[in-house]
Amino acid sequence: MQPVIAERRVALFGGAYSNWRALDAVLLDARRRGADAVAFLGDAGGFGAHPDRTIERLREAQLITVQGNYDDSVGNSREDCACGYTDPRDNRFAQISYDYTLANTSDESRRWLSGLSISRQVILGRHRIGLYHGSPRRTNEFLWESTTPLGFIRSLCLQEDVDLIACTHTGIPWERRLPDGKGLINVGAIGRPANDGRTSVWYTFLELQGDRVVTEFVPIEYDWRGLVEDMAAEGLPREFAETIATGWWTTCLEILPSRERFRGRF
Amino acid sequence: MPRLSLPFVWLDTLWIQVSGTLCNIACRHCLVSAGPKVDRHRMLSADEVVKLLDDCEGVREIWLTGGEPFLNPEILAILDACLERAAVGVLTNGMRIDEPMARALGARFREAAHNLEIRVSLDGPDAAANDAIRGRGAFLAAMGGISRLVTEGVEPIVAVTGLEPEKKVEEFHKMLRLMGVSRPRVKWIPPFKVGREVARGGGYAPFEGLNSAQVEEPEAPHRLQCGTSRTVTSQGVFPCPILIDEPSFLLGARVSETLVPHPVDHPACSTCWETGFSCSR
Ligand code: SF4
Repeated sequence: MQPVIAERRVALFGGAYSNWRALDAVLLDARRRGADAVAFLGDAGGFGAHPDRTIERLREAQLITVQGNYDDSVGNSREDCACGYTDPRDNRFAQISYDYTLANTSDESRRWLSGLSISRQVILGRHRIGLYHGSPRRTNEFLWESTTPLGFIRSLCLQEDVDLIACTHTGIPWERRLPDGKGLINVGAIGRPANDGRTSVWYTFLELQGDRVVTEFVPIEYDWRGLVEDMAAEGLPREFAETIATGWWTTCLEILPSRERFRGRF
Repeated sequence: MPRLSLPFVWLDTLWIQVSGTLCNIACRHCLVSAGPKVDRHRMLSADEVVKLLDDCEGVREIWLTGGEPFLNPEILAILDACLERAAVGVLTNGMRIDEPMARALGARFREAAHNLEIRVSLDGPDAAANDAIRGRGAFLAAMGGISRLVTEGVEPIVAVTGLEPEKKVEEFHKMLRLMGVSRPRVKWIPPFKVGREVARGGGYAPFEGLNSAQVEEPEAPHRLQCGTSRTVTSQGVFPCPILIDEPSFLLGARVSETLVPHPVDHPACSTCWETGFSCSR
């Protein structure tokens, strides 16, 4: 697919996880800030309630879209989310959320999910930005700040022939830049908080300032109480709702490197 | 006949045998038969490690192992050189971690440019079970190391060789909580029938091993850790830390010249395949 050319401002978000309330808030904020293009880096469903409500909004908004591992799994009715967890307890929680999401996603939504591309590109000034879900190599690769060295980022940019790599999948926003401005930006997730003890979620705004691309991580407040009520009504695990209400991750923690793990509460 | 071989994908993980086969103890199941006087693979100097790192552009994580890495007098210099470039893990029996070392590790655990994991090997949640394999006094000494680490804010991962983790994992968690570990993490390692383990539990049967259909699966180089990793000892480069005593798996002298398909025709490869095991994750 052709790269999308943006004049000055690009909004990027990932991991919607059925959180349509946060999605509405992000789209509103991006528009208010004058985004020329808005990109969704994958994982529409999972974790939260009523996945179709999120998918319908994503479709209507006419975004640049990238397929996440969840979208591939739900879109193709696979057995599990292929999230890439290694711990049995984490996988049990992941499966509850996956089974619920699969059962509550319409055929039409599934068709849309299965047709998403696994990568896209955006041109901002002279900068070519590659958009991926996990990494350019694997849709479910976890790129945490503490385990993604600059040498590795340089190799990825070279292989992909891009200046910047934008990805999500881990749910925590961060960026690392090389001296020449190349680098990697994890845009975070809007579906659940970033294990930082805040109820807000994060998306990312890129702006061309002179010749440089400047990154801003934007916290977004939304009606998280409404989400917690929906999750309870749908019988989703209390542990998930606790994350939404406290900002601390309670499950799927074994995959975290120590550095990221010990910043959280659990 | 050409040997059964696995495509190489990219170099994500580098293993460095920093203390060679030198160890302060001699566990009954040691894959590389390490021990106090074993120098088949010798210790590496900090200079050697730096040279080696310069040859491994783009690597994501580095694991330091042996033998016992903390026997290497230059371990902190080695650790710093590695942490500057990538995430690092250290595999240790925990017995040689004194207070100054725990303090040095604590600072790096919190502040280094990349993630640091300390993984302490144990074979039981108590002295009786552990010392039957690791030798008398090993449990107490390891607990000393763990408690000094915890005091400095480093929560180690515990690595246990064995089967049926679901039955025993709670016992380890309980023991670790008593030691002050707030988030107990245990990694289970399937028993590979190589090294000293052959004398203890027997070797592989002649029919065990991979077949070409398995190796040709597109996911094979991701399912087998050697599709994305290399191991370096004083003798050269091997596909994994498990086969460093198999001369036919010596792939070359420098990592950059070994990033090509390599043989996976050792019976131990079937353990990797069946368990999906990775020494790192
Ligand atoms: S033992 Fe495992 S890691 Fe080593 S070469 Fe065989 S398959 Fe690869």
